[in-house]
Amino acid sequence: MKEMICICCPMGCRLTVDDSDPGNIKVSGNTCPRGAKYGKDEMICPKRMVTSVVRVEGGDAAMLSVKTSDSIEKARIFDALALLKGVTVKAPVKIGDVVVADVLGTGVDFIATKDVAARAK
Amino acid sequence: MEKNLIIIGGGPAGLAAAKSAYDAGERDILILEREDRLGGILNQCIHNGFGLHTFKEELTGPEYAARYIKEVLDRKIEYKTGTTVLSIDKNKRVTCASESEGLMVYEAKAVILACGCRERPRGAINIAGCRAAGIFSAGTAQKLINIDGYMPGKEVVILGSGDIGLIMARRMTFQGAKVKAVVELMPYSSGLNRNIVQCLNDFDIPLMFSHTVVDIKGKGRVSSVVIAAVDEKLNPIKGTEQEIKCDTLLLSVGLLPENELSRMADVNLSPVTGGAVVDDDMMTETDGIFACGNVLHVHDLVDFVSEESEWAGARAAAYIRGEKAKGEKVAIGAEGGVRYVVPQYALRDGEENLKLRMRVGNVYKNVRLCVVCDGEEVYSKRCMIVTPGEMETVSLNEKQTRALKNCKKATVCLKAVEK
Amino acid sequence: MKKIVIIGAGVIGCSVARELSRYEAEIIVLERENDVACGTTKANSGVVHGGFDAKPHTYKAWFNVRGNEMFDKLSKELDFPFRRNGAYVLCFDDTKWDGLKKLYDQGIENGVKGLKVVTGDEVRQREPYVSEDVKGALWCPSSGIVSPYEMTIAYAENAAANGVKFVFEKTVDRLERDGERLKVVCMDGDVYEADAVVNAAGLYSDELNNTVASKKYKIVPRKGEYMLLDKTSGYLTSTTLFQLPTAMGKGILVVPSVHGNILLGPTAVDIEDKDCKVTTYDGLAEAFDKARITMPSLTKKTVITQFTGLRAHADAGDFVVGWAGDDLPLYNLIGIESPGLTAAPALAVQAAEDVADYTALAFNKNFDPIRKGIPCFATMTEKERAEIIKKNPLYGRIVCRCEVVTEGEIVDSINRPVGAKDLDGVKRRTRAGMGRCQSGFCSERVMEIIARERGIDMTEVTKSGKGSEIVVGRVE
Repeated sequence: MKEMICICCPMGCRLTVDDSDPGNIKVSGNTCPRGAKYGKDEMICPKRMVTSVVRVEGGDAAMLSVKTSDSIEKARIFDALALLKGVTVKAPVKIGDVVVADVLGTGVDFIATKDVAARAK
Repeated sequence: MEKNLIIIGGGPAGLAAAKSAYDAGERDILILEREDRLGGILNQCIHNGFGLHTFKEELTGPEYAARYIKEVLDRKIEYKTGTTVLSIDKNKRVTCASESEGLMVYEAKAVILACGCRERPRGAINIAGCRAAGIFSAGTAQKLINIDGYMPGKEVVILGSGDIGLIMARRMTFQGAKVKAVVELMPYSSGLNRNIVQCLNDFDIPLMFSHTVVDIKGKGRVSSVVIAAVDEKLNPIKGTEQEIKCDTLLLSVGLLPENELSRMADVNLSPVTGGAVVDDDMMTETDGIFACGNVLHVHDLVDFVSEESEWAGARAAAYIRGEKAKGEKVAIGAEGGVRYVVPQYALRDGEENLKLRMRVGNVYKNVRLCVVCDGEEVYSKRCMIVTPGEMETVSLNEKQTRALKNCKKATVCLKAVEK
Repeated sequence: MKKIVIIGAGVIGCSVARELSRYEAEIIVLERENDVACGTTKANSGVVHGGFDAKPHTYKAWFNVRGNEMFDKLSKELDFPFRRNGAYVLCFDDTKWDGLKKLYDQGIENGVKGLKVVTGDEVRQREPYVSEDVKGALWCPSSGIVSPYEMTIAYAENAAANGVKFVFEKTVDRLERDGERLKVVCMDGDVYEADAVVNAAGLYSDELNNTVASKKYKIVPRKGEYMLLDKTSGYLTSTTLFQLPTAMGKGILVVPSVHGNILLGPTAVDIEDKDCKVTTYDGLAEAFDKARITMPSLTKKTVITQFTGLRAHADAGDFVVGWAGDDLPLYNLIGIESPGLTAAPALAVQAAEDVADYTALAFNKNFDPIRKGIPCFATMTEKERAEIIKKNPLYGRIVCRCEVVTEGEIVDSINRPVGAKDLDGVKRRTRAGMGRCQSGFCSERVMEIIARERGIDMTEVTKSGKGSEIVVGRVE
């Protein structure tokens, strides 16, 4: 049994998700079918995109913003973030460049979300 | 120097306006940006969630900005970064300065104000207490972490549950800080549910409604804040105080359109939005000066900023060609729960389908959002819920637009749904 | 060479330092904070009082009127903002005319020029936002406004240019008699020997005196809370608006600042803590509510900041000016509360002459009374702006957008004598961060400039002295 707020629309329905029977998860409190689906997904395996920054050397910016190329399990967010500790990349960097490959064996990469040009000498 | 179109601000609004002005045929465009790179505030908004409407995919702030920057670069539209506009007058004489080019003066045929908004500071909300270091607006903290790479604090209380505050709760948590509480004066959040869930609930950060910070303690650096519950009139209730140890207080207590330049040009401002009063071409009441994006009214999603600004850019280009709609103005009022509507006026002989953007003053469930012209309801949309945190948009079709433009008095209002 | 130690770098310490630098001596100013103007000087109303308020034949009356007269020349010599904007003392009650009359008579006796009793309508003709309830007022044309910290910085810079040495973050523990001289013993163990010591220690001037002199004093910190309104409210009044005084002080003022803001306050509460810098919910409410008696249309909408100031109220009631007694070479300036800012120029001349006389100092032939401030981009004409950017391109980089402060000014404020060390220091010298966004946009840029110019790390940059570091570490 778990209480959660549906994020599908501003209504913010308070959902109660009953997983006493894993084969038949029941959602109540939702106003629309989207809420039922959200409740089930959140119960089975909540996933999140993770965004952060790493340092850049020799670039026209001090920091490079990064994101996971796909969402990862919510429970593994901090393990994923730990992989970014101490990472420094060299400019130039382009959007989409892989910064950390295959995060925690998920097949998901941390990729750059910003172009950083090499600093003019 | 002479320029047809000067766009003040190279953030999402300015970039979109430049792109569409170009596509409408205007070639003599100059974007002036005070920061050293284009993109505006999006550069520091490294989280995802941008662009679902515009690009049908979820981008981070810098990625969203990059898409529009590319559009501008592809069109070879002229821009200057590190250039601050110092003044603008009602004749569209623009002075600006940069380190490399010194003082520059332009005479423009049209100007688009796209200078965004700023955060309400501590002083504006009258929180008593010390003046120690460790009190930041949420956006300043965001810039320190994401752009400069420095941590503003380790133990954090956040006042205000606007989206930036919520995003920063998660951001600080990701960087190893402990966010002890988010305190919200109102009984509801002005932030998106999605952010409450994914930035607070995911990390068990408590959100305390109807509470405020009544004292900030500390010498040198903040050492604690005292919070208290508030009554219906939002006054703190004596006896409900509790002290929370922390070294940092982040403020996310609202955004204000930045209209310093508008004032210099005698642009008429709305006391409700804090931005200019505009017609349906996004032109202010000062001839040839347009406004779009957060300088006009604070938006919830950048997608709507882009959309509004593209419209403003196209209409500014038409104005320069001498094709701007003219004629009598029809005022569009806001009533019955609707706090404001932008544009505030429609021009009778304009042709396009009208798009009205608005915010409500409270949380209302199961209502109809209506456009009433001379007592007749010409548009109605049923809403399960409307909240002050989310902008509402009404798109009128040709017939409805014509009805509005031909009436004497138009209003947008909320009505209860009859059972 | 004779050695003079001045303790305290507020407006009193700095003005005395500058006046003493007219003489040949080794002059050292010791200050416990990391900058000048950090105590009472930085948080007061900024009013240059006419002099009708002080009781006749007191030091307060004498130095107030003389000090006031010095401001026109002084502000030009030292290049700090000052304006004679005139003041009204407002009377809300037909039965209180006696009070106004008494002030008028007192002013005449003190030598204040131009005083006039006027009707409420006359007040509203000049200041239309003043309450309809105002029945009459005392008009004092010689009243002025000044930026107290900019005036103090100007004094300090001129003193430094004339050879005075400033030592910051140096807290004096006690004074010790050393024959005919004095030893200044600091908390860190450092000892300064002096032929004369000037006690300009503000709130702590009583304790300093009491460590060595037999005649004791007591300072009671009197707290005043203020609210500052945005420049967009500057139209509300151009003159200083007092309410008829009460036993606790001059009442709540509505006063313009030299930079175009409006200031409301101060409250007046006697407290214990001399380090108290906090505002309170009730105090701010009182300041606002009472200011609305003067101007009912005031709203909190344009408030940009609040602050607290402490006035050094001596139990004696009057300023204590002169030698401490017991044949000690200790010159006291104790209890310099309002009108202390106005009196400062005159007090400084008096103190310098007395000290020079006592220690038999010769004139400093190289004394230069002129100090130039930081060229202020915000108030320049277009032509001046173009020229200064050509000379120094850093003037083309606007850092503080609200107050239009350039990187050129900020760099200058850090590198000039007695320069800024941190955010508040830069703010007081350039106004960066003083505007409506209250440094939301520029603080991080100013931090970078401070770090670069001073050769320190971003994590070492402070807001106002040690312990007020702004960031706690690097993102790793």
